[in-house]
Amino acid sequence: MIGIVDYKAGNLNSVMKAFKFLGLESQIISSVEDSHGVDKLVIPGVGSFGAAINNLKKQRLYEFVLDWLKADRPFLGVCLGFQLLFEGSEESVEVSGFSVVEGKCSRIRGRKVPHIGWNKVRFVIKDPIVDSFNEEEYFYFVHSYAVLQTSSTVVGTTDYEQEFVSIVRSGNIYGVQFHPEKSGEAGLRLLYNWGTRC
Amino acid sequence: MLTVRIIPCLDVDEGRVVKGVKFKDLQIAGDPVELAERYYKEGADELTFLDVGATYKSRKTLIEVVKEISKRIFIPLTAGGGIRSIEDIRELLLAGADKVSICTAAIQNPNLIKEAAEIFGSQCIVLSLDVARVGNNYHAFSHGGRVDANLDAIKWAVDAEVLGAGEILLNSIDRDGTGSGYDIGLLRRVGETVKIPVIASGGAGNLEQIFEAIGQGGADAVLLASRLHFGEMTISEIKTYLKNKGVSIR
Repeated sequence: MIGIVDYKAGNLNSVMKAFKFLGLESQIISSVEDSHGVDKLVIPGVGSFGAAINNLKKQRLYEFVLDWLKADRPFLGVCLGFQLLFEGSEESVEVSGFSVVEGKCSRIRGRKVPHIGWNKVRFVIKDPIVDSFNEEEYFYFVHSYAVLQTSSTVVGTTDYEQEFVSIVRSGNIYGVQFHPEKSGEAGLRLLYNWGTRC
Repeated sequence: MLTVRIIPCLDVDEGRVVKGVKFKDLQIAGDPVELAERYYKEGADELTFLDVGATYKSRKTLIEVVKEISKRIFIPLTAGGGIRSIEDIRELLLAGADKVSICTAAIQNPNLIKEAAEIFGSQCIVLSLDVARVGNNYHAFSHGGRVDANLDAIKWAVDAEVLGAGEILLNSIDRDGTGSGYDIGLLRRVGETVKIPVIASGGAGNLEQIFEAIGQGGADAVLLASRLHFGEMTISEIKTYLKNKGVSIR
């Protein structure tokens, strides 16, 4: 069972609809009690970095997620959920991220920010999450902050003004900067790979 | 490299897709769910649904359409038409929309953009800017293009960006449904002034005009309705043409 963490900001319905379409069972986790039987966890993502961390703390889900990540249990962070894995973000300097992946999110420096639309992800290593993909694929992005560098395993990178990390992995923990649930067939395939092979 | 988006627009009235000329003379163009599925399969980068009836009943129908479509179509969905309040926005987002487009209510109460952006994030707030030339100026119009808001369109675009709009859907009333080409002058003026993406709408008649909106007008995305609904162009045709012209396309 896949658990989707509800921190009252993310658009979790669309992630759930995508799993349902793929025939993968999922449930919403609004409190720790909802996590029974869950063996894979997703944090979807819209909203701001600080608000997400604060809401997780308010709902007493912060510790639950942190323990999950520290135990290296299967995890997927989407967009803001990806950014939360890192140490922090220029968006909300007063709060820290989960810090299970090394690096920080910085504001995209360019004429048009946010970066909105379909852009190419180059797969720099082979990984089960991008199994059956060619060397690159288009995904849908919406974000104003990006991770330029990390010492963790980079699975995919994307160019917008600068090259940034678009798929990261640390053990069983994955994060994607784009929205696979809004990236058509390619996005569904990636979610299916994660749900069945990662 | 970021690609230019091709966005089919479905004007929905009482459960049917309709399309007119210069915002008038509506004709029935098909079933929204069927059309949406067809465009998704053909490679649409996003879909926009506008409730043109803007009555209580037609709003409920739009919500049902969005709910149905978001179960099987996994690309960004924008919904709009008659949005008045934060509650209206929340209802559409919960139904499965990723973004909402706001026109009249934003003109009447600019603070709605600010409030909505603070609650839901700028990425889901699209300013729908209906524009017609009045003398030597471009004016923003409200109420489905019927009322001149007496507001300079360029200035309103900038104000909306500052308030927190994440994108601008720039509709030319003069060109809507005519097939006479996008209003390139308008596109350039707005595109050079704001720093958020601009979606060109109104006037697509042939492939070259779509290329002009991107190449000369600087549009980040193009919205199409009549030409697609009535089968005069297909999305794959448009994409192949633009790719051959060197435009970055998915």
